[in-house]
Amino acid sequence: MARQEKKKDVVIVGLGWTGSIAGIELCREGLEIVALERGHDQSTVPNFEYPQQIDELKYGVRLKMMQKPSQQTVTVRRNDGETALPYRSLGSFLPGNGVGGAGTHWNGLNWRPQPEELRLRSYVAENWGEEIIPEGMNLGDYPVSYDEMEPFFTHFEKVAGISGKAGNLNGEIQEGGNPFEGWRSEDYPMPPTATTYDSSKFQEACLAAGYHPFPAPAGIASTAYTNPYGMQMGPCNFCGFCERYGCYQYSKSSPQTAILDALKMQPNFSYRTESEVLRVELAEDGKTATGVTYWDHKAGEEVFQPADIVILSSYQLNNVHLMLLSGLGEAYNPLTGMGTLGKNYAYQMNGGVSMFFKDENFNPFVGHGANGMCIDDFSINQNDFGALGFIGGSYWRSGTFNGQPIRNMPLPKGTPSWGAGWKEGIGEWYGHAMSIGSHGSHMSYANNHLDLDPTYKDKHGRPLMRMTFNWQDNDLKMNQYMKSQMEPLAASLNPDVMQSGFKGLGAQYDVRPYQTTHNTGGHIMSANPTQGAVNKFSQTWKAHNVFAMGAGNFVQNTQYNPTGLVGGLAYHTVNAIRTQYLSNPRPLV
Amino acid sequence: MKTFLRIIAGLVVLGVVALLAFIFVPVQRSAPATDLAADWQPEPGQGEYVMHASDCVACHTSDEGESMAGGRAIASPMGTIWSTNITPDKDTGIGNWSYADFRGAMVDGVTPNGTHLYPAMPYENYRLMKEEDLRALYDYIMTEVPAVSNKVQETKLSFPFNLRFGIRAWNWLALTHEPGFTPTSSTEAETRGQYLVEGPGHCAACHSPRTAFMSQDGITASDESFLTGGVIDGWNAPALRGAESAPQQWSTEELALYLATGRNAHSAANGEMGLVVEHSLQYLTDEDNIAMAAFLKGIDGADVDLPDTIAAADHRAMEPAPADAAGEATATMLTEANPDISLGARLYLDNCSACHFVTGKGAPEIFPELAHNALVTGSETKPLISVILNGAEVPGTAKRPMTLRMQGYADRLSDDEVAELASFVRSAWGNDAGAVTAADVAAVRAAGAGH
Repeated sequence: MARQEKKKDVVIVGLGWTGSIAGIELCREGLEIVALERGHDQSTVPNFEYPQQIDELKYGVRLKMMQKPSQQTVTVRRNDGETALPYRSLGSFLPGNGVGGAGTHWNGLNWRPQPEELRLRSYVAENWGEEIIPEGMNLGDYPVSYDEMEPFFTHFEKVAGISGKAGNLNGEIQEGGNPFEGWRSEDYPMPPTATTYDSSKFQEACLAAGYHPFPAPAGIASTAYTNPYGMQMGPCNFCGFCERYGCYQYSKSSPQTAILDALKMQPNFSYRTESEVLRVELAEDGKTATGVTYWDHKAGEEVFQPADIVILSSYQLNNVHLMLLSGLGEAYNPLTGMGTLGKNYAYQMNGGVSMFFKDENFNPFVGHGANGMCIDDFSINQNDFGALGFIGGSYWRSGTFNGQPIRNMPLPKGTPSWGAGWKEGIGEWYGHAMSIGSHGSHMSYANNHLDLDPTYKDKHGRPLMRMTFNWQDNDLKMNQYMKSQMEPLAASLNPDVMQSGFKGLGAQYDVRPYQTTHNTGGHIMSANPTQGAVNKFSQTWKAHNVFAMGAGNFVQNTQYNPTGLVGGLAYHTVNAIRTQYLSNPRPLV
Repeated sequence: MKTFLRIIAGLVVLGVVALLAFIFVPVQRSAPATDLAADWQPEPGQGEYVMHASDCVACHTSDEGESMAGGRAIASPMGTIWSTNITPDKDTGIGNWSYADFRGAMVDGVTPNGTHLYPAMPYENYRLMKEEDLRALYDYIMTEVPAVSNKVQETKLSFPFNLRFGIRAWNWLALTHEPGFTPTSSTEAETRGQYLVEGPGHCAACHSPRTAFMSQDGITASDESFLTGGVIDGWNAPALRGAESAPQQWSTEELALYLATGRNAHSAANGEMGLVVEHSLQYLTDEDNIAMAAFLKGIDGADVDLPDTIAAADHRAMEPAPADAAGEATATMLTEANPDISLGARLYLDNCSACHFVTGKGAPEIFPELAHNALVTGSETKPLISVILNGAEVPGTAKRPMTLRMQGYADRLSDDEVAELASFVRSAWGNDAGAVTAADVAAVRAAGAGH
């Protein structure tokens, strides 16, 4: 018999970005709220103290901030014909662990999607016709428009503390900003961070080529900053330890710097760490949830936490897993197209060019995770899909980031990977390299999906979630197009050596090397209950008092890093709960 | 000869009688400065507000204890004084006290049975409180504060400080001022500020110097030494007047922001002042924090600009300040990457400059200035050494909820290194304070965190 806790108005599952947003906004409505966090508690001091935190071996290589596969993992296969095996050693993606979640160890790149990306199917149909959509691609529209989302993007940027330069203020193009972005009602809350040497070189080359460079939108403070909750950030010192680390300097946008202390001060909010939610409990009629059952790691027992509203705000993979286990929808069947949970799992298609200059010093140890200049000249709303033969796009960026000694020693191909030859290579090339990255869209496909594994179970006896995923020609073609455009630009910088890394047609997904932690989809938003798992307000079609936040809502992945859209959708959702749901709990669509 | 002996005997008897009278004749309680009607009632919330303004909680609450149930250790030069339970519990608190009893404690420093309170209780200052506020506070404690049964440790000072009747003589020196508030400021806001600073806020208890008898030297604005700086348990409570003082260097708004949130463009409150912000000032209205700032700004006749509110902006970005003229040479030296710089300067670059910058200016509201910072340059070096070793913490407040923690460097730096570093910051950017020795550091390290 599980222990039972006192009923709350709201239970929040996972205390990262979206859980913190739901917590503080719903606290202000006077609701009694408890957040359940699987991991440990963590704060800037003592958990991210200098210099212990900038230990690359411990955090960068041994991944001490991340979820351990023994806590939770997935099984992976590339297609329905393979047998999925457990992801036992973290590689391709790195889900976080502990209070603050992935928001503590990200790079800080905070983008809004382009307006066209939120209505991509319609955009394609209007401009080229549905016939250019490849067989098997589940191309969709988000059930919410950019114009509806704009105030929530703006608000999230203020809360998160984003540095940047607007390119489109209320339709007026701004010199030095991104001319291809959606309109903004206000400029970024902080000016852009300072520019490093490689970004300046990239900027000059782009201008010479007729492109439109602009500073990367950074969740990295360029000044001292106070956000609408009175929370604070200090200016970044470009130490270069962002991704995989907590920030010791209060400079990186995170739940810790933006929300958590303000939230913990609310008398109607409490949180319990080491409390791992096992399933959402549904009422007998299956139309609402009654609360959640979690495993209290400290007490070593199951606990039932009753609540009127359940907010699922754990990492995308964990949200989908919980929903599959709890019957919050039907599992997606790629053969019939029926079912919604696990549908449209998507990822990111990235590539890049490295350039080596014998006589240039780039000081790669100076930087931050969202450093650099970008261009959007090859982004989704700039590409002629019909002529190019793919649907998608990417943004390019150049700027030193994470220039740490163990993992960041770019060397020309052919340099020995150990021994005297390697040492010689390091002596010759360390500090003389810069790179341009292409960060590209990834569409959704019938055969990339998530479901429950028939064989492997976790330590609680629950089936692991199974990921079926492989690269698809459409996105690989997009990537090769970026290669064809980027190499001439890189060559215009006259490097002594230059080398590209772009996956080409026929590439197979390899789960071992790190690629990105932009796992998206699986509980996608939709205009009707047959197409997705949640409506435009992230409310599950199955149970109207369960809301599922995060990148699981993405219909297909955008060309950008997901946090800006995740944060905007979270504010859009809590606004609907506050203004529409609380007074009359019901399906909002 | 007999006559002489008789005179001697007579004097001895007189002396004994006088001593017995001194010890046993009850102390007369002062009369109220204002007579209030017996049925006078405070405004709703007034008493709680006075409690916050008087900062009862900071001293009368132990770290883990219930609010105002006492038991906090208060260090004094005479030994440890344990704060009392002031909840309305009849056995262990003040539940049996009449208003006159309560007033006697607040104004004259005597308990209902005539025992003298140790002047850790700032009745020297509370004596200036308005009758209405005293009544409201009493009413609040008796009717709204939950009674908590908590018998606190008895204060046991060593001889002669254990003889509480001696405080009677001390009071003759200390309580020369009449009860009640006498305004001397020119504007309404400054008058309100003067009242809060002199009376309930009891700022002089730390920020005025002490006489040879340890009484406050400067209790009201008309006293020359009022708020010219004091030393409490090895920490400087900086001067709040004079050309170099923070109120004269900062704007009224910056000063009010510091009071309300413990942080502003220049500095951050920690130690005892952090407690004042946490338990008292953050609960005051903007108007009152602005009033106190205005009074301190105008105390010696400077012009006062009254801001409308404190930190009203929805969100704001604040550029860190560049080095000032006095700090330019240090900033340049730290930027030149010269391998021959002093050990102190090198340690500063390696450990401190990321937040406090080569300018020593820090960043507004989050990283305090080290240039011209009273804690850095104070006559007492313990606070600076303690911050370097053990870190510091500015408590979160309603307007600025983030708890700002600076980490400590005790594990990373040796006594010699801390001495070099502390000496460097005390002499950089135009700071002109004396060097710190490794022995100073060793003493602070030995005392441990929290001291």
